Amino acid sequence: MHFLEFNPQQDFHLLFLSFVLPLVGYTIQIFFGKKLPRRGDWLLTSFMFVAMSITVLMFAKSLWAAYHGQEFRHHSGHEAGLWFHWLYSSDAAAAGTPNVSAAIYYDSLGAAMYAVVGIVSFCVHLFSIGYMAQDKRYHIFFANISLFTFAMLGLVLSDNILFLFIFWELMGLMSYLLIGHFSHDPSQSYFHRWATQACKKAFLTTRVGDTCLLIGMVIFYQHFGTFNFTELWRLAQEEVARNGGQYPTWMTVAGLFVFGGTVGKSAQFPLHIWLPDAMAGPTPVSAMIHAATMVAAGVFLLGRTYPLMSPEVLSVVAATGTFTALFAASIGTTANDLKAVLAWSTISQLGFMVAAVGLGGVVAGMFHMVTHAFFKACLFLSAGSVIHGCHHEQDMRNMGGVRKYMPVTFACMLASTIAIAGIPFFSGFYSKDMIILRAWENVLGGHFDGASFFAAVALPVAACLTAFYMFRLIFMTFFGEYRPGTVPSPFAHHGGHDDHAHGDHGHDEHGHAEHAHAGHGHDEHASHGHGHDHAKHAPAVHAHAAKAHDGHGHGAHGHADHGHADHGHAAHGHGGHGEHAKPHESPLPMLIALCVLATLGVFGGHFWPADLGHSLAFWHHAHTWFETSVTLESLYGASAPIERELLGHAGHTAHIVALSVSLTVASLGILIAYLIYGRGWERSQRIAGKITGALGDIYGVIKNKYYVDEAVGCAIVVDLEAKGNKRYEPDVSVIGGSVALGRALSWVDKNIVDGLVNLVGRTGRAIGVGSSHFDRVVVDGAVNGVGLITQTFGSVVRLLQSGRVQQYATFAVFGGLFLAAWLILL
Amino acid sequence: MQDQILTWITFLPLLGMGLILLIPKTSLNLIKGVSLAATFVPMVLSTWLYFGGFKHLTPGDFDQARMAGDILASQFVQRVPWIDSIGVEYYVGVDGLSIALVWLTTILLFIGVIASFGMEKAGKAYYALLLMLEVGISGVFVSLDLFLFYVFWEIMLLPMYFLIGIWGGPRREYAAIKFFLYTLAGSVLMLIAIVALRLDSGTFSIPKLTELAAQGKLLGANLPAAGELLGMKFTTWVFWFLFVGFAIKVPVFPFHTWLPDAHVEAPTPISVILAGILLKLGGYGMLRACFPFAPSAFHEFAYVLAILGVISIVYGAFVALGQTDFKKMVAYSSVSHMGYVLLGMGAFTVWGMEGAVLQMFNHGTSSAALFLIVGVIYDRAHHRDLNAFGGMSQIMPRYWALTTLGFFAALGLPGLAGFVSEALTLIGAYQAGDARFRTLVFISLLGVVFTAAFLLWAMQRVFLGQKNPKYLDFEEINFRELVCQAPLLFLCILFGILPAYLLDWMHPSVQNLLAILGGKA
Repeated sequence: MHFLEFNPQQDFHLLFLSFVLPLVGYTIQIFFGKKLPRRGDWLLTSFMFVAMSITVLMFAKSLWAAYHGQEFRHHSGHEAGLWFHWLYSSDAAAAGTPNVSAAIYYDSLGAAMYAVVGIVSFCVHLFSIGYMAQDKRYHIFFANISLFTFAMLGLVLSDNILFLFIFWELMGLMSYLLIGHFSHDPSQSYFHRWATQACKKAFLTTRVGDTCLLIGMVIFYQHFGTFNFTELWRLAQEEVARNGGQYPTWMTVAGLFVFGGTVGKSAQFPLHIWLPDAMAGPTPVSAMIHAATMVAAGVFLLGRTYPLMSPEVLSVVAATGTFTALFAASIGTTANDLKAVLAWSTISQLGFMVAAVGLGGVVAGMFHMVTHAFFKACLFLSAGSVIHGCHHEQDMRNMGGVRKYMPVTFACMLASTIAIAGIPFFSGFYSKDMIILRAWENVLGGHFDGASFFAAVALPVAACLTAFYMFRLIFMTFFGEYRPGTVPSPFAHHGGHDDHAHGDHGHDEHGHAEHAHAGHGHDEHASHGHGHDHAKHAPAVHAHAAKAHDGHGHGAHGHADHGHADHGHAAHGHGGHGEHAKPHESPLPMLIALCVLATLGVFGGHFWPADLGHSLAFWHHAHTWFETSVTLESLYGASAPIERELLGHAGHTAHIVALSVSLTVASLGILIAYLIYGRGWERSQRIAGKITGALGDIYGVIKNKYYVDEAVGCAIVVDLEAKGNKRYEPDVSVIGGSVALGRALSWVDKNIVDGLVNLVGRTGRAIGVGSSHFDRVVVDGAVNGVGLITQTFGSVVRLLQSGRVQQYATFAVFGGLFLAAWLILL
Repeated sequence: MQDQILTWITFLPLLGMGLILLIPKTSLNLIKGVSLAATFVPMVLSTWLYFGGFKHLTPGDFDQARMAGDILASQFVQRVPWIDSIGVEYYVGVDGLSIALVWLTTILLFIGVIASFGMEKAGKAYYALLLMLEVGISGVFVSLDLFLFYVFWEIMLLPMYFLIGIWGGPRREYAAIKFFLYTLAGSVLMLIAIVALRLDSGTFSIPKLTELAAQGKLLGANLPAAGELLGMKFTTWVFWFLFVGFAIKVPVFPFHTWLPDAHVEAPTPISVILAGILLKLGGYGMLRACFPFAPSAFHEFAYVLAILGVISIVYGAFVALGQTDFKKMVAYSSVSHMGYVLLGMGAFTVWGMEGAVLQMFNHGTSSAALFLIVGVIYDRAHHRDLNAFGGMSQIMPRYWALTTLGFFAALGLPGLAGFVSEALTLIGAYQAGDARFRTLVFISLLGVVFTAAFLLWAMQRVFLGQKNPKYLDFEEINFRELVCQAPLLFLCILFGILPAYLLDWMHPSVQNLLAILGGKA
């Protein structure tokens, strides 16, 4: 057996190991992380490294199989007898009732996704070692991203939709905790308030989608009696065949509900609102959410449930995806926050993936999910590196010229930007082009339904906007001169210099070798809380830091203040402020993570060596590694919905059209970005001002994200920025209405439902009081009366009470007869 | 001793109570020790009973048991004549429906005793009443004689009244009387039904009555006018009288208003027991002593039950959203969660019924944990206004972590216990195969979303955001509080991952019950 051949006896155990390692790490970290050296980061990162190695090895096996024309669909239950019986411990215990059992299902798509999760998560762990170094809840952060990874790994391995759902929701919890990471850290003043709201928003918004998924799942279970994917695909095919080749209506309904899950998790309109606010979490978390976990889960679900989707559902899917792609891209052009641009870009790219599935190009959609994961993770981590280097500034207007200070970051970010913009030879091109191709194939191949036409026109526009706003980001951030403080920014810690400097300290520690000892002292200080050491260390650091920063002694003060803050003393005065310090390159672990991801972001479309020759001939689409290993056949086996694959005469024309369109829109977007933003800051402001002026109110609407958040009633950022002025109060909104309904019902419960109860109680008491009067006057009177009567009666009866037994017997007999007669007659 | 284990479990606390009454009021530590022992031993016994003694029966075993005259196939049966003149027996036993609840009772009472150690006012009388309460609750779960069942039911009522009325909050008397009268009203209805059943059938034995009803011989034929009264059939009367009696306990909308008052006024340990186990008596009672006695009426009104359940789910969630009192919010969340029990039972499918039984156990652990959580902050702040806290996660991070786990268990996060029962209930209700039930499932999903909404909103208001400077000195959750919460939260996780450890026990009896009620098993 070749070592790259899948060996069911051993590989399922390896897969299981890679899946539980993060959970084991989490458990150790939660209980002991604080006490571990370096607060446990090495432990979880090395666990993740092992897990990643397994995911990559397994993925190599899937490629090996694909290149040897072997089927790669493995199920631990069928092949190795490894089942997890969930509801009942065995079929005997179930006694005729269907049991729910889970197993590992590992196919080509799963293998690709699994490796993506492993690699991205490892890079995020590595990056966080540098990025989160100063975080108060450092150990918790590592624990949480590990569990986040665990949830996504489990989701990918699930062989049934119920377990997918379980991990899906677990991921919801982890995103809640991670987006809310700063909600426990008041030193991050702006993020503190933002995260407090954003985590709830994310969980509840996705919960709406999750509920839809749950009901969709239940409907499928009701008809098919199974949650298992392969079973569902087979049964769906049979059902359609039985129904004369048509999908029954219930499948359309159920499919729409399942898609609801994707809408929530993958941030499709109108449930996209949570994703931009998820930026409140630390940047590595954003990278996780936007690349490997959360949003990818929704698209992955579509890949897993594709054969269940009727054409009607797919039209809705295509239209939703296309609309979201365009909608989010338009907003992305107006954002000034570095991370916000990337967030809208993610929503837009997810729209591409979703649209691809809707158009019948499930392979294209999944491919884009994989390539996007790499370059988007790289973009986010690069953005994190920039933010870290620019002293926690996030507003691009306050950046500029950063490439000089952060060359590695710049290179990585540029590579990923080119990839996402869709330039040939970079991974994003292959996948995005495939999607546009799919749309045109549909249109030219006679599938001239509204959704395909919409997609064929709107997706290229979205792609053009993508190229534009991504290069706008590059020009604004990395070119021109460094211009801190151009606009007031909520991210700068005006009110909290101590925190700001505290963040800065990280780079002293990592960036300058000569400060290693100071940094070390600092670390010790923070984690062990040796308050008394503080006075000894601080002055020493001060000197170093001041030297290093050319008179900007913020690092030193940061250190001093940090020490104080840890021990609960008020921060005292200090001089230097980070605003005027130059940006600096990030420490090594962060850069390694960036480079790995950037490499994959560039070559992710064609990194398999055997494929290299083919992929250079980029017009020949069917030869990327992904299309070789992941095909409809490989995904769904015998139940592959072949009839929906469009082939034939339309193919060639569509290829040419798609290729020209892709190239044109990408170049056009970059060109416009250069013309506006690439020729100096002042000029860019002038041109941009003219354009926004010409657009007038339309620009305002786009800038305000089409007021969707306001309609729902959770415009957090608007709310935060309106501090001091009028607080933003939603009048008519979904949330406002719900809370009002809750309050109204509380009133009803208290005053009407309980009011009735109290009324009964009061009535009872009134009757009681009344009857006590009655009792005294009437009943007692009656009793007295009865007493009187009895006395009288007694004296009469006394006459009868003769003491003679016979007489008594006579009375008894007559009495009995009388009673009997009375009973019988009645 | 194995034959009498249920008696020991039930009456050991009574022994403890007797001992406590002999101890002078001043030796509080001794009193606490005795209460601890008197709840610990039953817990150990019931744990053994659950994991060791209880046999998992097969359908064949049920057939055998039916031949032998016990249609419920109860185990650890003890049967002694008690009041011969009216045929009352001391007849106890457990089956799959009751065993988990007996176990839960002993756990929660033990935790309740530990939680009570924090109460300064709790003295001799308090612990005596607490132990008496356990006797009543365990007794109801193990009784197989309707009269005995009723006696235990009433025994439980009395200590609860005093525990709320004496050791409660400012409006304790109002709450206690409301609780008492409400429950008593239910008891009266039950008593009437019980007497009627006795007069018709001549027996108090629950298995016998169940069997008669299953054979269609419990129609009131031996009563005047063949059981017809005011144009309603005997079975309908019996069903509604028993149902309302139990529904008050669950509580089902619109009989729920005693619950928020009782919870808000009750001291923490009593709230824990109230939410954790007393509410389950209602649901258990329906399965044990309402539906089986009037199967035809049950089928006739199953949909009404499901509607009441869904109203409770959605209404409870919305009212909880509108609360500003932490404890009241949790109380209404109980109303919402117990709605699933009714929905599942009304659905009358294996998973629906099993979801209902499972939900009773799971709600027992998660809601008990929530009330403990509320107690922790109430003990420190002496108020429960959700809007008056803030930033608690920075002051008490460990407490926050436990609360997060408790909240997510309550909102039915997959991987935690609540999800299994809610999902089974919803699937079961959907499987009822009828558009009316499907509509209900869709409506109840509103409850799923809004439960998450009010819990996370509360989380945000209490734990996240700006710290309230008044509360900076709050001490972190202490060892005693941790010991109370940790086992419950552990059970939430355990049974979320391995629901088979509950379902394997319940499943045979649920299938049997469905067969008895004349359905698809």
